Amino acid sequence: MYNASDLRKGLRLKIEGDPYIITEFNFVKPGKGQALYRCKLKNMINGSQFERTFRSVDSFDEADLQEKKMQFLYMEEGKYCFMDNNTYEQVFLTADQVGDAANFLLENLEAEILFFEDRALGISIPNFVDMVVKEAEPWAKGDSVTGNNKPVILETGYRIMVPAFVDEGDKIRVDTRTGEYLTRVKE
Amino acid sequence: MTEQLWKMVGKKASLRRRQSIVAAIRDFFHARDFLEVETPNRIPALAPEVHVDSFASGSWFLHPSPEVCMKRLLAAGYESLFQICKCYREGERGARHLPEFTLLEWYRAGADYTALMADCEHLLADTAHRLGLGRCFVYQGQAIDLELPWERITVDEAFRRYAGVIAEDALAADRFEEILVEEVEPHLGFGSPAFLCDYPLPLASLARKKNDNPQVAERFELYICGMELANGFSELTDPAEQRRRFQEAIEQRNRLGKAPSPMPEPFLDDLSRMPEAAGIALGLDRLVMVLTDAAVIDQVVAFTPEML
Repeated sequence: MYNASDLRKGLRLKIEGDPYIITEFNFVKPGKGQALYRCKLKNMINGSQFERTFRSVDSFDEADLQEKKMQFLYMEEGKYCFMDNNTYEQVFLTADQVGDAANFLLENLEAEILFFEDRALGISIPNFVDMVVKEAEPWAKGDSVTGNNKPVILETGYRIMVPAFVDEGDKIRVDTRTGEYLTRVKE
Repeated sequence: MTEQLWKMVGKKASLRRRQSIVAAIRDFFHARDFLEVETPNRIPALAPEVHVDSFASGSWFLHPSPEVCMKRLLAAGYESLFQICKCYREGERGARHLPEFTLLEWYRAGADYTALMADCEHLLADTAHRLGLGRCFVYQGQAIDLELPWERITVDEAFRRYAGVIAEDALAADRFEEILVEEVEPHLGFGSPAFLCDYPLPLASLARKKNDNPQVAERFELYICGMELANGFSELTDPAEQRRRFQEAIEQRNRLGKAPSPMPEPFLDDLSRMPEAAGIALGLDRLVMVLTDAAVIDQVVAFTPEML
């Protein structure tokens, strides 16, 4: 149970059965009047947002959210399948729920799956993932139309700009937060 | 350098300006023969208020405003007083709130709240002039013209005009603050500062009833660009009536499960000797915000509680 004085940006609440995250928060208090807690909330299931002003007498349920380590198995018909290696329990996430992380989902990649009660809501993947370059144009010396960078396609189908010296079959490290190339990885 | 040190470095210009503002305020009151006082920040009993929570300090309290002691000085015959001091209110933290903040409070014996409104007008004009801002300046993209007269609008009129509701009805439905904040304040003090005047009696625990309308009290708030800067009123000087209102606040705090606030007996004793007077508290940090074009209060103080 939370009180109004616990409210802050990032806090996750359960409202009418759904999990919400506070995306904006401001404390307001007119003169010697009651304190008001103005919040913008985002539904963690469907993304819908609303604004509401709470009072100091209001109380709130915590959203029962848990993260579980699970391994990516496969994608089928737009659904992404993950498995808990301890219990062998499997869950499916939609493309919307996976979002940009889909670009970096290698088979067997370990991800954190966010659950609300028993329902999978979202995913967070490691900040750095090593991936193999599947397709790259060979490096033509002197061809520097795009500086020293060139586009390549990684094993997940993700297109990324890399330095010209990166070849097909190389392994590179990608920052999954920015989607950008970091370095070539030698094995 | 740590992030916190960088934050402090970035505040140098506004802290310098804050110093100039404080100097201008002192000169303003000294020139008008006000006595600057320092009253204790730590006192055994406060004026009980339903919605002001204080920090306990041993079995005493850190004062949420210096009013109790300053009014006792009025009762002792001091006529024009001012004080710049730290005040403390638990649980108040937001873009315009700090749990430890600075108030400028002043009192005039033999005056009513209209004299304080005139003080506000002159104080702001003088201070802005001293800073080289002139009569017109900009706060957060909004032009402010200090040219007189400033708007005076009653609570009743403001609620009707901006929210289409009767203030008493809003109060009865326990929606007064919500409507004030969401629908009324966003219209107050744009173009030039404004005074919101004549509050319903239950919202003015220490203020005198208005002679020609006993439903309201002679209380006002000063607004600039929707931000409340000061709260002033004609003082209630009837100890029996004051005790009754305090008792009500004490009982309401009990009902709400809030920390008890003892009856300030020495204050009530002295109130019978207090002359007709008017007093006002102005949020110094907020005045500095307006005069340094700061969006949040964090920018005008060296430290916020999160940095400690």
